[in-house]
Amino acid sequence: MWEYTDKVREHFFNPRNVGEIPDPDGVGEVGSLACGDALKLTFKLDEKGRIKDAKFKTFGCASAIASSSALTEIIKGMPLEEAAKVTNKDIADYLGGLPEQKMHCSVMGREALEAAIENYKGGSKKKHVLEGKVVCNCFGVTEKEIERVIHENNLDTVEQVTNYCKAGGGCGGCKGEIEKIIERIKGERAKQKTVPAPVKGQKLTNIQKIQLIQQTINEQIRPALRADGGNIDLIDVDGNKVIVALRGMCAQCALANITMKDLVEAKIREFVSPEIYVEEAKDLADEQGK
Amino acid sequence: MKTIYFDNNATTKVADEVLEEIKPYFCDLYGNPSSMHTFGGQIGIKIREAREKTAALLGCDPGEIIFTGCGTESDNTAIKGTLAAHPDKRKVITTRVEHPAVLSVCRDLENQGYTVVELSVDKKGRLDLSELKSHLDDNTAIVTIMFANNETGVVFPVEKIAEIVKSKGVIFHTDAVQAVGKIPINLSKSNIDLLSLSGHKLHAPKGVGILYVRKGTRLAPFMLGGHQEGGRRAGTENVPGIIGLGRACELAMRNFDQENKKVKSLRDKLEKGILAKCPDCMVNGDTESRLPNTSNISFEFIEGESILLMLDRFGICASSGSACTSGSLEPSHVLRAMGVPFTAAHGSIRFSLSRYNTEEEVDFTVEKIPPIIARLRELSPFIKK
Repeated sequence: MWEYTDKVREHFFNPRNVGEIPDPDGVGEVGSLACGDALKLTFKLDEKGRIKDAKFKTFGCASAIASSSALTEIIKGMPLEEAAKVTNKDIADYLGGLPEQKMHCSVMGREALEAAIENYKGGSKKKHVLEGKVVCNCFGVTEKEIERVIHENNLDTVEQVTNYCKAGGGCGGCKGEIEKIIERIKGERAKQKTVPAPVKGQKLTNIQKIQLIQQTINEQIRPALRADGGNIDLIDVDGNKVIVALRGMCAQCALANITMKDLVEAKIREFVSPEIYVEEAKDLADEQGK
Repeated sequence: MKTIYFDNNATTKVADEVLEEIKPYFCDLYGNPSSMHTFGGQIGIKIREAREKTAALLGCDPGEIIFTGCGTESDNTAIKGTLAAHPDKRKVITTRVEHPAVLSVCRDLENQGYTVVELSVDKKGRLDLSELKSHLDDNTAIVTIMFANNETGVVFPVEKIAEIVKSKGVIFHTDAVQAVGKIPINLSKSNIDLLSLSGHKLHAPKGVGILYVRKGTRLAPFMLGGHQEGGRRAGTENVPGIIGLGRACELAMRNFDQENKKVKSLRDKLEKGILAKCPDCMVNGDTESRLPNTSNISFEFIEGESILLMLDRFGICASSGSACTSGSLEPSHVLRAMGVPFTAAHGSIRFSLSRYNTEEEVDFTVEKIPPIIARLRELSPFIKK
């Protein structure tokens, strides 16, 4: 049993703006019978470029129908530029929230709106086409679409991505790829985020120093490397010599030396002590590789 | 609002007679059947009686009955217990339309290195027995094929299958959770080695099941601990559940033919009524060989969860094979195995009746469904006016 809000139930039992506008200015059709839900949105503009009327037809579950109804209510009266900014979250919020597993219904609403606006701007009756690389073949979800739901809804697990756009919900073969996209975006986020710097102590015990180095690696260095598919491990600290191993993409990277000096060493010097110098544990990495 | 319960393949109402029977075993007769004192020992006698009653319904010896915690446990025990008792054999044969209690176990075994064969079904949900024959070999430890399908009600020719499997000297298990009480079973005259059933599907409480183990069948225990159930299933007995199941089996035996005839005629009336009043719908599964209580109908161009929610407003309980209700994003594995088109699979509704349903309930439902279907089709972009 799905736990729907009263608003979802109300919009399902009494959907607003059902139907198709004859001779519309924009038409958006997304989803398919095979996918289990589909939405056809039509709208008409007034002379000032506002959405005068919007109607929908939806095949799908209660939350798909309620999301479509909500979408038409949200965009009616909006200038087109403003409507273009409506997100799936706006639709879900309008309904007082949707169950996690049903968030893809709100995403379908936003997609249909986008397709309809695209159709209007294209001037022709051209259909919404998938852009970019398709990651999930079962449900035809592109990398771009996955990135977008992750960004807009601040997602961080594959399961959430599946709930929001269905990707990964069929054979599951693309889950690894989705995981990579999430990791990449997390890394990008971490790069942008200003992390409060670890305290650079005056007199550090050896253990405190190691902890501070480890913290610096975790907060300042690793996220940046992760964004490029790499990673780093702290191997040893011997006086002022810090030994680290680069992993993943970084390990084979031609620019590894630059990474070492400009990123790893620079950050550790900045946050721990200017006397520190960093070395890469080449032999160890090789041994582990064997 | 009155509840109209057409979801008896999910679970059933505990029969009033069953409830009456088990009431004393909570606060008054709460002894442990394994105890030496009379207070506990008298419960042991009650359990023996329940075992005899269940054996009577199945046509087997009481010593061949093991009480378990549920149908799923029975299925797990049957499959894993057989494999453990035959470590040299590494192959399992099943079907694509099994209940997850069997299918998930088999797929897990596949990950552990076993060879698992999933037999296919045709568009009516029927097996091809020659396919089964072609896969049976010396490496096969067990064949597990359900008696009747929980979603479509299709009944497999289990006796014939058991005969084929037996002729190759392989163990045969059947998940009969949906079949017991609905179609006659006489294990004394069959080649079935292992059979699972679940109490709550035949008006006993939840939390009790049975695994029938033919005498002489080698089976490693699944639950280890005390000596309950002859050491084959450890754990203190679910006394009220077992006594209730015994009573429920007794009730199922009484008026067996008459009650199933009544259920079948109600089911047929419901099905015919819906098909006559709603265009673009069809029955899923082999109507020639089907449980008397189940009807699985696909309504094209609309989605099952929406239908269920609209029915729910009238107190009508059913279930659906649509993606939105399956807990995944894909429609029922049973309907997909049958090759039911997506257009129909998403809009499939299962009605499953019991002896407690009435003609009024059927009439009421037949009256309510057509406007619901018409309303949802008005919303559907796949209907062109």
